[in-house]
Amino acid sequence: MTKVFRDRKGGDIRAVHGITFRCQPGQIYGLLGANGAGKTTALRLLATILQPTDGTARVAGFDIREQPEKVRASVGFLSTATALYGRLTPRETVEYFGRLNGLNGDKLRRRTEELFALLEINEFADRRCDKLSTGMKQKVSIARTLVHDPPVMIFDEPTLGLDVMAARTIVGFIRDCRSCGKTVIFSSHVMSEVQKLCDYIGIIHQGRLLAGGSLAELRQRTRQADLEEIFIQMVEAAP
Amino acid sequence: MNLTRVGIIYRKELIDALRDRRTIISTIVLPILMFPLLTLGFGFVAGKSLQKVEREGSTIMLLGETNAPALAKTMRETDGIRVVAPSEDYVVLISEKKLRAAVEFPPNFEQETRMTSDKPPQVKIYNFEGETRSQVAVRNVQKVFDDYRKQLVAARLAESGLTKDVLKPFATKQENVAAPEKVSGNVIGGLFPYLIIFLCFMGSLAPAIDLTAGEKERGTIETILASPVSRLDLVVGKFLIVFTASIVTAVVSLASFALTFSLPFVVAREFAQRNPVPFDISVKGVASVLLMMLPLAVMFAAVLMAIGLFSKTTKEAHSYASPLMLLVLMPAMAAMVPGFDLNAALAFIPVLNVSLVSKEVLTGNYPWLLILLVFASSWGYAAGALSLAVSAFKRESVLFRT
Repeated sequence: MTKVFRDRKGGDIRAVHGITFRCQPGQIYGLLGANGAGKTTALRLLATILQPTDGTARVAGFDIREQPEKVRASVGFLSTATALYGRLTPRETVEYFGRLNGLNGDKLRRRTEELFALLEINEFADRRCDKLSTGMKQKVSIARTLVHDPPVMIFDEPTLGLDVMAARTIVGFIRDCRSCGKTVIFSSHVMSEVQKLCDYIGIIHQGRLLAGGSLAELRQRTRQADLEEIFIQMVEAAP
Repeated sequence: MNLTRVGIIYRKELIDALRDRRTIISTIVLPILMFPLLTLGFGFVAGKSLQKVEREGSTIMLLGETNAPALAKTMRETDGIRVVAPSEDYVVLISEKKLRAAVEFPPNFEQETRMTSDKPPQVKIYNFEGETRSQVAVRNVQKVFDDYRKQLVAARLAESGLTKDVLKPFATKQENVAAPEKVSGNVIGGLFPYLIIFLCFMGSLAPAIDLTAGEKERGTIETILASPVSRLDLVVGKFLIVFTASIVTAVVSLASFALTFSLPFVVAREFAQRNPVPFDISVKGVASVLLMMLPLAVMFAAVLMAIGLFSKTTKEAHSYASPLMLLVLMPAMAAMVPGFDLNAALAFIPVLNVSLVSKEVLTGNYPWLLILLVFASSWGYAAGALSLAVSAFKRESVLFRT
């Protein structure tokens, strides 16, 4: 995939430059990169929020160029930028996104109850979202992404700006997704998080994927043990 | 387009809008309060100050009073005139609004008025031009002079053995033949569409910006874009809500307008008696005007949404919308200019065409060809604006403008 942003002043900006990777069901793939490396753009391309300038990708068997709506129906997308509608309650929010995903009637009600019980949302289910704490909002966001039980989950820096407890909830939730057999793609600039969670790691720098593989493979290639050292070495070696 | 999804989006945005205080205020509260406050408030203030002027009377000063003792006496006895002692600084007093007018009689004024001459004596009335209460004083003084003049003329005629009829060889009489509907249409025919256009615009302003720039600001745009709805469904659902708000505003304000003028408020009645406006618009006329407004409401909703979508914040969107409001209000106001009438070329100018055709319709004229032209062209503009909004929603450079 390649994504070029046209900028009248600074010329073209290659935010994502020929990235290729693969992630299977039951695996977590982590995109590791500094701020501005192209992580968000890459994930937005996969979630079909943006269209690639060149190249394509298949998500859950659907092409991101040809069948963007089918792709979105198979993806749960969560990022720090995906806020909740403040004037809706958690119940209304989850039901809204459920309906947009084609759920309704009893099926929707059952799914909502299930998620609310699982994530312990019930006690604040009918309060307006803008009155909730960050942790509560995080849970509602998770319920929102899960309502249609998507086979693929995409997380863009999901723990950014969260406190330890809220971040733990998210990390736990990402693990659960893997054990449910979902395909998980995840981006972060926090080394420890990536190291703990990911089966495969891709190091992204200035829009290019510098290297990809399991942590063991990356260690072997760089002869470094620590992910931070691996990352620094690769970025410094980059042209 | 998936109508079910459009319906889902519409329902959600409706709940959202009904919980937004700003939208409620600008769509429902403001239009309800506007007419009572404007008419009653203005009527009340105008009525009160008129009463005050009458109660207090106009203070005037007589200069050279000894030259016209009889007239001075009449002035003192006239209701609405209060004569104050003469002083040198009458110019300053008038300028400072402490004195409304000063009357200066030339020497031997009354004696000279009794004789016929080719150079009649001249009275000077000093006043503050353009100042309302000074003009009221001048009118009161002039009335006294008019009566005096009539007396003198009658006396002179009697001396020559003539009657008053010699001064009036013939008479004229004005008679209104237009239907009352046409008369009132002419009076408020320009004002009514102006108000409706203004309110349609105002009604869609807050929700159009809240649903676009507001979503960007609150970070919910990415949430909704990541859901399987197509961008077309999303923009149509949002557009329908903005359009609804615009129509609700127009209907609510019309109802408030009708109620304000039909309720027997004392002040309003008093005001109406002083300024009799024949108020008689046909239901057919109002219905036709509302029908002509539909494409305009569509256009406003779509253009404002496109602006909101382009903006990064609601603040930015509002700063773009303000000059646009002027652009909308100027042609709407042009319809109030007397003698400015619709023609085939003007039928293609957006906003202006609708306000001009509304004026025609409210005066009971139905120039069908022009109406058709206006209707077609304004729907054309509406469709253009709508496709602009849709294409803005599909453009990444607009949605994720940095």
